[in-house]
Amino acid sequence: MQLTKTGSISAALAAATCTLLSANAIAADSNTGNSTDSLIEGWQFNSALLYYGETDRVKAAEAILSARGDFGDDKFLNLNLVLDSLTGASATGAVAQPDAQTFTRPSGAGSYTTAAGATPLDDTFHDTRVQLDASWEQPLTANYRGTVGGHFSKEYDYLSLGINGNISRDFNHKNTTLSVGTSFSHDSINPEGGIPSAFTPMLFRSNFASEGAYQQAFDGSRRTDSDTKTTAELLFGVTQVINPDWLMQLNYSIAKADGYLSDPFKVLSVVNSNGITQQNLYEQRPDSRTKQSLYWQNKWHLSGSYLDLSYRYMWDDWSLNSHTADARWRFPVAGNWYIEPHARYYTQDEAEFYQPFLSEGMPLPAFASADYRIGQMDAYTVGAKVGTVLEGGHDFAVRLEYYQQNPNNPGVELPGVLQDLELFGDVKAVMLQVSYSF
Amino acid sequence: MNNKIRILITALALSQLAACASLDTVKPWQRGTLAKKEMQLNSAGLDNALDDHIYFSKEGSSGGRSFAGGGCGCN
Repeated sequence: MQLTKTGSISAALAAATCTLLSANAIAADSNTGNSTDSLIEGWQFNSALLYYGETDRVKAAEAILSARGDFGDDKFLNLNLVLDSLTGASATGAVAQPDAQTFTRPSGAGSYTTAAGATPLDDTFHDTRVQLDASWEQPLTANYRGTVGGHFSKEYDYLSLGINGNISRDFNHKNTTLSVGTSFSHDSINPEGGIPSAFTPMLFRSNFASEGAYQQAFDGSRRTDSDTKTTAELLFGVTQVINPDWLMQLNYSIAKADGYLSDPFKVLSVVNSNGITQQNLYEQRPDSRTKQSLYWQNKWHLSGSYLDLSYRYMWDDWSLNSHTADARWRFPVAGNWYIEPHARYYTQDEAEFYQPFLSEGMPLPAFASADYRIGQMDAYTVGAKVGTVLEGGHDFAVRLEYYQQNPNNPGVELPGVLQDLELFGDVKAVMLQVSYSF
Repeated sequence: MNNKIRILITALALSQLAACASLDTVKPWQRGTLAKKEMQLNSAGLDNALDDHIYFSKEGSSGGRSFAGGGCGCN
């Protein structure tokens, strides 16, 4: 009798567990969209359109379509297509001056003029890019899972090809997951007008007697037509379930890039003791860079809301260290609607060879760049996303964000007229995104 | 003094170990919330991809969440 009773209790517990497990499985399915009305059986699609606009500078539009196909037995094929278009003006690295300045376009053909007191911006940027990614994931043995993928990105003057792989293993009843991933990419750049030699001065057509003489000098200032870089990376991760409402991840990554890491469009102004530009020299960065990062992410369920907090510390052998903190908090509101405020703070130290300008009469350093993106900078993003689950389980969301970069002077003394000019101007941008999953 | 620090460190280490041991308490039937889409680490995959692309091209850092290298000439 006792035995029977124990047996029936075990059976009841087992049945209850199975019911709960299958309920969880259903919950997971409905939330990952597998129960939505799908366009193609077994496939789930996510799409987004993004507009990014900086005040007086770059404007970009980007479209993404991603598809995830379920091939049964926990095997998935992920496909990703990205199209983006970029126009507008980008800071060249040259300093503002009390008078208007004229610059030769990167192609060598034609010039543009920057107004007195304004930050020199090259307005020749027009580019369209297409990107394709594919990956296949499947269980390998019990507790092991593997992913292999490929990456292709092409724009007018740039091609990137990459492969990647990842293996993960579950422990502690799937409460702990360890993963290791690796990627390798090969990029080639073929810029209009070729790649300038290190610290070669920007030439002006007006200083030459004939077009032929100018073209000959311009060609002589180019090191090559195209160049390449390779990037190899390792990524280690631990994911830990802390409790039924808290998930945590810690990643360590190391990436080594070798090859052409300079920007063929960026220059440094050489100024005299009164801050007046004498000439502009094309920049030169080292030909290798090793970046490392620690990334820590937390997901909390807090009485119906979901909080995503992450922090990243990145450091490299260019002495560029950065801290990034990011918070997203998703609250349910009326009906199937939700709102998700987002805040991000970023701060970086300058690369050791960053200089806002060069001084006349000083010997040239081995490396120098005035690109504010590797200078000292703080940046923040604030915004919110509003979304809903429509009939059929399709997600629709709109996201609006404001992004501001505040470049800082890393402690360089400004000579003469530069003291009264804005050399470290803010960059302000708005992002608007519409997303739809089906 | 050194002993006190050692004891403190040992106590901290033991408390961490105890915390780790207690991590294994989330049972399959307690994972309803963890299974939700909102609780996935990359729940907003497209948002993250777009953000990573913007910040990759505007700042001196990249990666962390996923691979940092290669990609586009926007940097």
